[in-house]
Amino acid sequence: MKRSLLIGCSLFAAILALGSDQPAVRVAPTDSLGPRPLEKQTETAVIRDYLQAWRSLSGAFEQNRADLLDPDFIGTAKEKLADTIREQAKLGIHTRYRDSAHNIQVVFYSPEGLSIQLVDTVEYDVQILDGKTVQTTQHVRARYVAVLTPTEVRWKVRLFQAKPE
Amino acid sequence: MKSRLTFLLGCLVLASMQLALAQAGALRVPKTVEAGDALSIQSAGSGKAVLYVVGPGQVLRRNVQLGETTFFAPGVLHNAGHYLVVLVGASSTEDGAFDVTAARPAALSFLAKPSRLPVDLHDGISGVVYVFDAFQNLVLAPSEVSFQLSAIAGAVQTRTALTHNGVAWTKMNSAAKEGAAQFVARVGDAAGTRVIQQVPGNPCHLKMSARPSGQRLAVETEPVRDCSGNALPDGTIVTFRETYDGGESTVDVPLKRGIARTDMPAYGGARISVATGVFIGNEIRWGKER
Repeated sequence: MKRSLLIGCSLFAAILALGSDQPAVRVAPTDSLGPRPLEKQTETAVIRDYLQAWRSLSGAFEQNRADLLDPDFIGTAKEKLADTIREQAKLGIHTRYRDSAHNIQVVFYSPEGLSIQLVDTVEYDVQILDGKTVQTTQHVRARYVAVLTPTEVRWKVRLFQAKPE
Repeated sequence: MKSRLTFLLGCLVLASMQLALAQAGALRVPKTVEAGDALSIQSAGSGKAVLYVVGPGQVLRRNVQLGETTFFAPGVLHNAGHYLVVLVGASSTEDGAFDVTAARPAALSFLAKPSRLPVDLHDGISGVVYVFDAFQNLVLAPSEVSFQLSAIAGAVQTRTALTHNGVAWTKMNSAAKEGAAQFVARVGDAAGTRVIQQVPGNPCHLKMSARPSGQRLAVETEPVRDCSGNALPDGTIVTFRETYDGGESTVDVPLKRGIARTDMPAYGGARISVATGVFIGNEIRWGKER
């Protein structure tokens, strides 16, 4: 009885811990998207792929592996992030990005359906490691503008840039 | 009373010490910098330290002397974004943050769709422009984009749009006359051109005539045109259909030089009709009335 209770509690704690790893996501209603209406299914897919891109970014920057960006980034965004990762590796630096909250609004959907733009007020922690030494951990709140384009099976981030608040 | 005064004085001394420390360790970082511009970061204190400038767009590290200004030459910091500045000294760590904004517009990404469409279509052509600076940063400050669509024959259409978050878009009508049109988008000195092919629309005029040709009947259309008077392209299929005494003959003929012609059996009282796509032309009753 005690053992099963202990297992149950551990499982609950593990679920809570896993749950707390996920960022809080709020999607604001779309006001004026421009020329093309946005279907709910498309919006859901875009948000899902954008959040996945943050996970890829986090892994790629922590491990200094630009190839981890491949599934979720394309074009200019991928090139710039990959350059930064190469620079980190050269300097012996690692950075840990942990996004804790996203407040996303889709702001533009192009008439031919080939690009979608969103603005995200994101909160994240950045940990800078020089070698194995943690130099600092900073909490950041920033606005990001991202442009995603459809590929064979998913939306990929083509432009990714912070915007002054 | 005496102890209260001592506590108050102690607090004041501590507060002034905190202020002094904060000033001693102050890191002066500009709030924003334009991409490609020089950057200087002023530190205070003495001794050696390491300065980190970190963002997803770029990472820089410098060994610095506290109390001196660290310069980053023009062009070093060129990716727009939010950056953290961390100064790690022997006994303390200072931090700050700043934004790098895009420089002036220097390039654009112009997507025009479709590349081929029928004439005389309202809002049939769309143009989307993303504006970039020389470093491939999206220019988020509003910029005026001018769009111009000029056909070989026909009026020039011009629109202007302000970018919002770096993007501007417009819609244009296709011209009444077929032919290639140039679609130009311009932001400052940067411009992009796309060619839009405007082809005839659906047929609007289909009329045939028939005349005897030996034992058979020669049927021929007038030049087949759309509603704007453009000739339909050669190869467009025209279907002639003849019904007579419960029988039926159908012939599909491609347009050649805008005209479709063929021979059909000559039955008295036969009805001959002509169509292309979903558009039906005139009908002829052979032998009794023409």
